Amino acid sequence: MAISGIEIYKMLPKTNCKDCGFPTCMAFALKLAAKQVELSACPHVSEEAKAQLAASSEPPVRLITLESDGHKLEVGNEVVLFRHEKTFYNKPGFFFLVKDSEEPAAITARVKEIDAFAVNYVGIDLTVDGFAVKSEGEGAALAAAVEAVRAGTKRPLILIGDDPQVLSAGLGKLDGEKTLIATATPENWEAMTDLAVAHKASLVVTAGSLDELAELTPKIKEKGLPNLVLDPQVSNFNDGVVKNTILRRMALAKNFRPFGFPIIAYPYKAGVPEVEIALATQAITKYAGFIVLENFAPETFYGLLVLRENIYTDPQKPIQVQPGVYEINQPSPEAPVMVTTNFSITYFSVANEIESSGLPGFLLVADAEGMSVLTAWAAGNFDAEQIAKDVKRFGVEEKISHKSIILPGHVAVLSGELEEELPGWEIKVGPREAVDLPAYLKQVA
Amino acid sequence: MALELPKDKWSGSVQEVVIGATAADGGTRTAAVTVGGETTMPFVHFEAETPNRPVLALEIKDFRPNDWSTLLLDVWGEATNDPGAWAKAAEEAGADLLLLSLSLTDPEGNPNTPEAAVKAAKAVLEGSGLPLMVYGPGQAEVDNELLVPVANACQGERIVLGICEDKNYRTLVATAMANGHLVVGRAPMDVNLSKQLNILIKDAGLPLDRVLMDPTTGALGYGIEYGFSVMERLRLAALRGDAMTQSPMSVNVGFETWKTKESKVGDDVPETWGDWEERAISWETITAITLIEAGADIVILRHPESLKRVRAAIDNLITAPELS
Ligand code: SF4
Repeated sequence: MAISGIEIYKMLPKTNCKDCGFPTCMAFALKLAAKQVELSACPHVSEEAKAQLAASSEPPVRLITLESDGHKLEVGNEVVLFRHEKTFYNKPGFFFLVKDSEEPAAITARVKEIDAFAVNYVGIDLTVDGFAVKSEGEGAALAAAVEAVRAGTKRPLILIGDDPQVLSAGLGKLDGEKTLIATATPENWEAMTDLAVAHKASLVVTAGSLDELAELTPKIKEKGLPNLVLDPQVSNFNDGVVKNTILRRMALAKNFRPFGFPIIAYPYKAGVPEVEIALATQAITKYAGFIVLENFAPETFYGLLVLRENIYTDPQKPIQVQPGVYEINQPSPEAPVMVTTNFSITYFSVANEIESSGLPGFLLVADAEGMSVLTAWAAGNFDAEQIAKDVKRFGVEEKISHKSIILPGHVAVLSGELEEELPGWEIKVGPREAVDLPAYLKQVA
Repeated sequence: MALELPKDKWSGSVQEVVIGATAADGGTRTAAVTVGGETTMPFVHFEAETPNRPVLALEIKDFRPNDWSTLLLDVWGEATNDPGAWAKAAEEAGADLLLLSLSLTDPEGNPNTPEAAVKAAKAVLEGSGLPLMVYGPGQAEVDNELLVPVANACQGERIVLGICEDKNYRTLVATAMANGHLVVGRAPMDVNLSKQLNILIKDAGLPLDRVLMDPTTGALGYGIEYGFSVMERLRLAALRGDAMTQSPMSVNVGFETWKTKESKVGDDVPETWGDWEERAISWETITAITLIEAGADIVILRHPESLKRVRAAIDNLITAPELS
């Protein structure tokens, strides 16, 4: 169980010297109990207390960092089981599998294509995070495959194999990088640990059962390697939920240190593209930190990238889009002007409906503090004054040959005031719901 | 050593609800569908088994829709011109139940009529033995005008009438009570609003074993995270014993995903979006599986291939794994 603030306080110097940046030792103790500060912020704590507190001051799910030339991926540091309780912090990394039995030229070509893939979603370019190179033979083959991969990408790598000597040949090609190697087992863990330590790599650990896994990770930590990733051997949907839930619940709710690490998922093992996508979907929703895929297709990878963005969005913050004028379906100056708010879902549903109507239009996204139409109106963030201000600020008048603007049906009451704010403009009232926009636009067009 | 599994202790459970009536129960359905009854978070098998699997509905229309993606119109083909044939095709595609969603107008643009709605519902009941949900076009007066006669004509079939909202539920609840049907209530992605609507429906006299709730979701990329979290919160509240959150959850994934640009159209989209048909099916499948992981009991879909893929995931999800 996690140590309470009071228990921590008893171990601190109790001098209230403020060197930690907190007014009292008690205040610091409470922050430490909530895992919001590091123990090292107190310079006066005794060695004995340090040792005792070390376990409880660690994050419940260790942060694992992969790094290569110009790229860095951080996974872990999660604190909740359900995203609404706070947020999921570090998005799982997507890695595509490469086998060292493939021709080097083919490897480079495949890696280049995937590496270059970037799809835009709400203004962000989404990409793959790295590649997993799987050994199926000798060290020389792995080393050659790693070189072929490096000819196509600079992103971080995972090396997969069970022979430490073979993996060593691959790691030899990745000097100065922070790699993840897989997989340590109850049989090979000592040599694997030595290898990971020597190369500053993180290590994936697995065992035949969760019981054995819980016995194995402390041994590896003891041997000097704290950067571990758990492979619970998920091969299907049901054990994906069950095993990942057990691991994450024990790490968070029970502060069970042997499971305090990110989880790796291998949806590619399904061997069937559509099952791979479905298992990856589950991995995103259920606690995976690294997700290894094999089948690359833009049309399916796009969906997985978007799901990851969505699930890892901070639920406390409304997501906002940039206020401004958005041109949809190449509008000419005669095209209608509609107004909505900058709450991203409101924006996307409206923009999406205009887009799918096939009719051109201007969408004025007013700055309503990221709230939906009704909420913003109720909160006074979406009124005639604000709309008129944004009409001027974003130069709507210069883009169009008419002077009329369409209000969302939910705020029809604003028409009168808006006429006063925008003299000479015709104020129209559109439908309440975005879904009715296409029909409305066909009518007014 | 043996790990002590981290089991949560819950005091509540999801209400069990039966949709559809067989001859033995005064209807004509070949089998009824039971949803709900869960006593754990989704598929946490080491706490308790999942008593009823999430079920999959396919949506069909009374008239060939003019606003559906051509991918859907092509895959259902001629059947879209005949609700009875469409129902049969949907049953053959593997649906557990059907959603007949009534149109606002006929293909010529004339307002839909109670006679036409009843005719379509009857055709669907003839065409397939699956339990049925019937939704109005989504405008309060029209919904009531069309659904009351449908409810009367389907008396005893234990169909689900929808959609009840806070401003329009009395008529639907009354006709559901009079004819032995169920209702689905929808609130806009908010735990408290879902609760309040359930209170209204219950106070209007419908027992809770005849109520489903639609917490509303967005599609992948269009607010799915709100649906995901509100469903997790509703399930947690249900397990903690809040009776007004214990209705099984139904989500209309087909409706939400097939209006997104990613699914609806194949032209004039970024090249990085890849193949249209596979993208559309993935969009529907990913949305469905994500919400099933969050606790959906009924998922309404539109494409038969999505149904196949989601079905495969569910088949596996509901069986307890070996924890060696
Ligand atoms: S630095 Fe250490 S001793 Fe000083 S107030 Fe902070 S916790 Fe107490």
